[in-house]
Amino acid sequence: MAVNSTHTSKLYEQELGTLREKLLLMGSLVEEMIGKGATALSTRDTPLAQSTMRLDRRINRLECEVDELAMRILATRQPVASDLRFITTALKIVTDLERIGDLCVNICERVIELNEEPPLPPVADLESLAGEAIAVVHEALDVLVARDVDRARELLTRDDGIDEHYGRIFKQVLELMAKDPKSVYRATRVQSIAKYLERIADHAMNVAETTVFLVKGTDIRHYNRKHDSDAPPPPNESGTGKR
Amino acid sequence: MIDTDPQPAVVAETTKISVRKLNAYFDKFRAVKDIDLDIPEKRVTAMIGPSGCGKSTFLRCLNRMHEQTPGARAEGAVTLDGIDVYDRKIDPVRLRRQVGMVFQKPNPFPTMSIRQNVLAGHTLNGLKVKAPNEVVEQTLRAVALWDEVKDKLDQSGMSLSGGQQQRLCIARVLAVEPEVILLDEPCSALDPIATARIEELIDELKERYTLVLVTHNMQQAARVSDYTAFFYLGDLIEFDRTERIFTNPQVSRTEDYVTGKFG
Repeated sequence: MAVNSTHTSKLYEQELGTLREKLLLMGSLVEEMIGKGATALSTRDTPLAQSTMRLDRRINRLECEVDELAMRILATRQPVASDLRFITTALKIVTDLERIGDLCVNICERVIELNEEPPLPPVADLESLAGEAIAVVHEALDVLVARDVDRARELLTRDDGIDEHYGRIFKQVLELMAKDPKSVYRATRVQSIAKYLERIADHAMNVAETTVFLVKGTDIRHYNRKHDSDAPPPPNESGTGKR
Repeated sequence: MIDTDPQPAVVAETTKISVRKLNAYFDKFRAVKDIDLDIPEKRVTAMIGPSGCGKSTFLRCLNRMHEQTPGARAEGAVTLDGIDVYDRKIDPVRLRRQVGMVFQKPNPFPTMSIRQNVLAGHTLNGLKVKAPNEVVEQTLRAVALWDEVKDKLDQSGMSLSGGQQQRLCIARVLAVEPEVILLDEPCSALDPIATARIEELIDELKERYTLVLVTHNMQQAARVSDYTAFFYLGDLIEFDRTERIFTNPQVSRTEDYVTGKFG
């Protein structure tokens, strides 16, 4: 009996491959959406915002397809170990990607609304926040493909900076509204876009955390969480059976 | 963001059976190689691995059934509560009452009634039973068979369904008050409902007994056991908490086996 690098069942191998492909396709569509959304924002391009919104339908469809395939694999293959981690993380990652897609739609909606109004004086650094959101989403997907735990951890350290950036924009927008009440309609839209970008970055962080679990089997979320478990204790020397 | 320890800090288990440097042979063929393993008390420990990996042979060494096979022998130490079961002073027949065994195919004694089957461990060993009716009722209740057979205790054990027969065999083991129960693929000849009943029974039995289960059904090992040992070509490759073996095994050969990459 030989050990193979692939599953004995070719069909199972194929199913896992399809799941992987769909997930990555979703990732690339999400990247495309956020990139185009940011361009539509900076260039005040309404037709681009409209066409970007349409990409979301494909992302939604892929989410359903990934869910369905993952459920089928769970039901028919009873996956364990790294396969189980892959399927369960795929189910989580699609939710994050789908949410990023929705947030991109929201950004485009606000861009279209803003484009119907005269431009605001340049507010804070919205474009650079968009740049940061694009960068962390790109890095999260790269980390997922490369299964690179070190880069995932490095990425997670960037979340606080993005939150602070959002905080600065929020404050400046508030000041603008106080100074010029006529700007309120536009300023609230700018504030919303900043919030959407900050949330997109949060979803990218989730993907990075999930990647750590996928590769190492270690759950690094919510680090204050206490471990309460009824599980039996580990044998004294794992792997050898000696105590 | 920091890593949290995935292993809860809890007190260590008490060891019921301790195995050291165990080697089992069929003539010159070494089927089990230098196994060191501690089986925790009142827990279910599962042995998994492909056919011919030595898991059943290992199991049969625990109550000295391996040596019953012509040409078979075992070397090394197996201690039950600190007592060496291979010591010359140990009576293997008595040991097998303490460490009972359930087999793949239900094997009630065909000429015996249900009642006689339950008491077979006593009668065949010339032991007196103080209150036979109570023993029969108690053990048949323990295997959840009493309500189904209480009105036909004098019928043949063979009149029962496969699942009922297997529970009868477990009752036969329980009747002699063992401490450890070895189960060698106890559900492989049973349908899913009968299998579910045996699995539920295993879960109940571990409150009072130490159980060691050999199974080809990995989902069964994952469902019912607390610890899992993976054997391959006579070696113990990995022994850990079942939850860990099936979510994040530490040895790549275990990973390959449980994910179906052997072939």
